[in-house]
Amino acid sequence: MGGSMVPKRGLGQRLSRLNIPGGLGGWIWLAIIILPVYYVVITSLKTQAGYFGQNPLALPTSPTLENYQLVLEADFATYFMNSAIVTLGSVIPTVLISFMASFAIVRGSGRFLKLVNGMFLMGLAIPLQATIIPIYLMIIRLNLYDSLLALMLPSIAFAIPLTVLILSNFIRDVPNELFESMRLDGCSEWQTMWRLALPLTRPAIVTVAIYNGLHVWNGFLLPLVLTQSPGLRVLPLGLWSFQGEYSVNIPAVLASVVLSTLPILVLYVIGRRQLLAGLTAGFSK
Amino acid sequence: MSNAISTAPGAAVGIKDSRETEKRKAALAWLTLPALFFFLVFAVIPLAGVLILSFASWDGIGAIGAAGMDNWFSVFADPGLYNALGLTFLIMIVSWLVQTPISLLLGVFTAGSQRYRAALAVLYFLPLLLSSAAVAIAFKALLDPNFGLATGLGLPFLAQDWLGVPHLALGLVIFVIAWQFVPFHTLIYQGGVRQIPKSLYEAAQIDGAGTIKQFFHITLPQLKYTIITSSTLMVVGSLTYFDLIFVLTGGGPGNSTRILALDMYLRGFRANLMGPASVIAVILVIIGLGLALFLQRLGGKDKQGSQLEGL
Repeated sequence: MGGSMVPKRGLGQRLSRLNIPGGLGGWIWLAIIILPVYYVVITSLKTQAGYFGQNPLALPTSPTLENYQLVLEADFATYFMNSAIVTLGSVIPTVLISFMASFAIVRGSGRFLKLVNGMFLMGLAIPLQATIIPIYLMIIRLNLYDSLLALMLPSIAFAIPLTVLILSNFIRDVPNELFESMRLDGCSEWQTMWRLALPLTRPAIVTVAIYNGLHVWNGFLLPLVLTQSPGLRVLPLGLWSFQGEYSVNIPAVLASVVLSTLPILVLYVIGRRQLLAGLTAGFSK
Repeated sequence: MSNAISTAPGAAVGIKDSRETEKRKAALAWLTLPALFFFLVFAVIPLAGVLILSFASWDGIGAIGAAGMDNWFSVFADPGLYNALGLTFLIMIVSWLVQTPISLLLGVFTAGSQRYRAALAVLYFLPLLLSSAAVAIAFKALLDPNFGLATGLGLPFLAQDWLGVPHLALGLVIFVIAWQFVPFHTLIYQGGVRQIPKSLYEAAQIDGAGTIKQFFHITLPQLKYTIITSSTLMVVGSLTYFDLIFVLTGGGPGNSTRILALDMYLRGFRANLMGPASVIAVILVIIGLGLALFLQRLGGKDKQGSQLEGL
């Protein structure tokens, strides 16, 4: 795009703009990122004999998928389903109720709403993992221990402050005239919320949904503390217990790592821009 | 809002109108109730609960009894607390010192318009897709002295007992944290750099300022608020590195990587001492709140609104 600008500059100027240390650093960092990823992928395709016999960074001489078969037989499909249920069951309610709250905080007024907003802002600064012990106690008392619902309820609560903050910033950007014209057309606030605010904040909703989704998908502490049965393991927990059981079979352990990342990797390939925007949840807006 | 009340002839209508609007606006409050309910029940009550439990004795299964100040006294008399506190702050500070310059430079680098930089960026962000458990397991395999990177690259100095020697384990934890989180902060800096007006650089070029001068006189000052946002997330986030360290070292060898969050978990769910574990949790909350408020102050009062945006 900027190519048409180049001929205007002299060669010397272009050379001085060539950032050699920057480029070098960029390639070194690439090596740091890629080596572990490369190692994990190729090792997951090796046989046990290949793992012990070959150079660790050499491509497998006889690539095999038997490690993946072993992982799939170890119930990873169940873990995957559990992760999907917990993620969707957390993200959809989070986004829905946070959107309603954000709309009220931006469009409404009064002491109550100010108080609620202030409370959510405080929630941003608190490391909520620190509340794991009382949450464990409450989940036991509610008879929800060792259930997927036990993972969703705190996940929703933890995600609300940031979601409300981001969504209310976006709703605030909607021009007031649009709200006024809806009002003059005789729409109630409820209708305005769904027909005007929701479509206009859709990019932000996708962003926070992705951000929250990744956090729940990769979350470890809640499942570790609040579930017990192998049948209720989510992927990160399944990964952890699998490496405990198969610690002698490194290629299989690494195949489980690849397999657990695959769904997110597919998302990354399909919608990289959306996913990256979602990852920072608008921090760099 | 109050400008609806005018002194013009139509004042009476205006007042009625604004009252109606006020009513309408206050009536919106109920829309916050579902979010408020979840937040109160599963965040605010547990927050109060953690304070209450810090004065109780509970083994995680049986009945809960009152313990007075016992937990507090026992935790503060335990050298384990000071070890965990020290490690938490050490990892926080060293991680900040390592990650900030790397993320900032990579952010500037990937914000450039060259095609190959965009291609590199696609690969840089790969660690963001992995769970902490996956990252920890991958590095454990990678660092095997016989079948890992050391043999693969033929670099004997990499063949150490990384998880068995305290200072090596600590260094490893800091490295793996950087590996996992630098991409996230790179992304934040990339966004920040892209927002710097191009005209500033054009003006500097006319004045004859070179790349390095431009970096220190334009890029760095313009990124002030991005740096604060990224640092806040990094520092407060460092309190919750629990899962990575749990899977990677389990706090060991000995207690050499047992940070506060891990200390809380191990006391509570392994040693079944929920009271003392709650004391640690209260300390974690206080540190988190304190750090967030302190970093807000650094941002300056006038920018407070947009600072909260970045928290």
